[in-house]
Amino acid sequence: MSGQSLLRATGVGKSYGDRIGCRDVSFELWPGEILGIVGESGSGKTTLLNCLSANLELTAGRVEYDTRVDGMADLATMSEPARRMLMRTDWGFVHQNPRDGLRMNLSAGGNVGERLMAVGARHYGNIRRDVIDWLDRVEMEDGRIDDLPSTFSGGMQQRLQIARNLVTKPRLVFMDEPTGGLDVSVQARLLDLLRGLVRELGVACVIVTHDLGVVRLLSHRLMVMQRGRVVEQGLTDQVLDDPQHPYTQLLVSSIVSV
Amino acid sequence: MTMSATDESAPAGDDEQHRTATIDGYNFAFLDEQTKRMIRRAILKAVAIPGYQVPFGSREMPLPYGWGTGGIQVTASVIGPDDVLKVIDQGADDTTNAVNIRRFFAKTAGVDTTERTKEATIVQTRHRVPETPLAEGQILVYQVPIPEPLRWIEPRETETRKMHALEEYGTMQVSLYEDIAKFGRIAKGYNYPVLVNGRYVMSPSPIPKFDNPKMDRNPALQLFGAGREKRIYAIPPHTPVKSLDFDDYPFDVETWNQPCALCGATDTFLDEVVLDDKGGRMFCCSDTEYCAERQARAAGRARGDAA
Repeated sequence: MSGQSLLRATGVGKSYGDRIGCRDVSFELWPGEILGIVGESGSGKTTLLNCLSANLELTAGRVEYDTRVDGMADLATMSEPARRMLMRTDWGFVHQNPRDGLRMNLSAGGNVGERLMAVGARHYGNIRRDVIDWLDRVEMEDGRIDDLPSTFSGGMQQRLQIARNLVTKPRLVFMDEPTGGLDVSVQARLLDLLRGLVRELGVACVIVTHDLGVVRLLSHRLMVMQRGRVVEQGLTDQVLDDPQHPYTQLLVSSIVSV
Repeated sequence: MTMSATDESAPAGDDEQHRTATIDGYNFAFLDEQTKRMIRRAILKAVAIPGYQVPFGSREMPLPYGWGTGGIQVTASVIGPDDVLKVIDQGADDTTNAVNIRRFFAKTAGVDTTERTKEATIVQTRHRVPETPLAEGQILVYQVPIPEPLRWIEPRETETRKMHALEEYGTMQVSLYEDIAKFGRIAKGYNYPVLVNGRYVMSPSPIPKFDNPKMDRNPALQLFGAGREKRIYAIPPHTPVKSLDFDDYPFDVETWNQPCALCGATDTFLDEVVLDDKGGRMFCCSDTEYCAERQARAAGRARGDAA
């Protein structure tokens, strides 16, 4: 592991006029580290994620990323071509709804191959081989490669979206409720898959979720958000087993155990 | 803009009477001078950035959208009194669209018109490139319905402009990938996307892909006008134009397993013509002038042999 952080947020804030999306969030993410962000609905988790991934303009603070060429660079002052290049090579973004992250009118193969072609792959056979390799890794049948995503189940669509994001071997993946809207058995399988993939590739992740089970399984570190602020952060097990902030205590105690 | 001296021996036919008598009350070549100047500026910019779509203030023309309002405005702004105009529609000189546009310029600009590609200084075309190779000094004006090659992939104009600006052409390649996955080959037969001068992906207007190689390093100036979409783009002479493809699925053109039924040509784009309702059909050259010339030459040779 290099001695430098991959992503550094300093006093990040986003307000929509008087309303506050998130405020004063600072943290550092290290290569290969998985950071979970939990909090109730409306607590600013997704806003924060969009700020970090340069999908939203910040109103305060800054986000820096350790680019391969230039080292640590401020995302806000980075040129647009460089930022877009980053988004389709070094980063991935897994949406809650696979329909937002997939091109529904393209076949599964086209969806996974798009990023390869965007970075210059021009050999059909090689693209095809890489796509099949990735479909295998997300436990999908090769035979579905030419089918449209709309013919897939929700869990398969989500796995396809993950393959599409990981195919260029990114260093950082943002995930917004990756298991939302899936039934528990499919969730468990997806989590298992994700855990294997991120370990294997050594990719860093920022995972936003309201499901404490997800962060318990996946993330190394945890941030708890309430009303746009980070109220508690620390190692996942530490935060979940010994919550300090009243809100975290409430959150942890609301888990229904079967 | 006069590209070369007019060949005075050109067969003028009944267009001769228009040569001095353009219609009263209209400016030369219909458009007013300010408009022509504006369009010429757009053309100059388009020539300076090969393949880049330059917006321009498209005017209403006395013909409906889809009939060549873009092409006709480009022609009107580059044509001079000494130019000789040829107009083709799907390769044919004698279809309604071609005849009307030719007559329009004969009336409003009083220029000579011709059906012979070699004699023309300006060729306005709808969906074909003439079979006769073009020469330096000639201008080929294409009528373009939809200038944006990325339109079917990305419907937002703001986004496609950004994609062009940043050379993000991966999605264009994805559409070709989908073709191979579905049909085993790139199934696009016309409007086959090209990369101009190694920089801009461009829609060649709906010419058959058969004509794509003719655009590559063509000595003539190629101008594209889209009237409804208000865009002009250009390929300057001798500019490399590459059809997009995959390394293991290279670009190729259509082939036919029979020659033209009229002139016997084997190297031209053939149209299928239905002859009767019993399944009778024939294939003949889509470029009528090229075909007629070959037939005339063959007939001349036959007469020479007989004498």
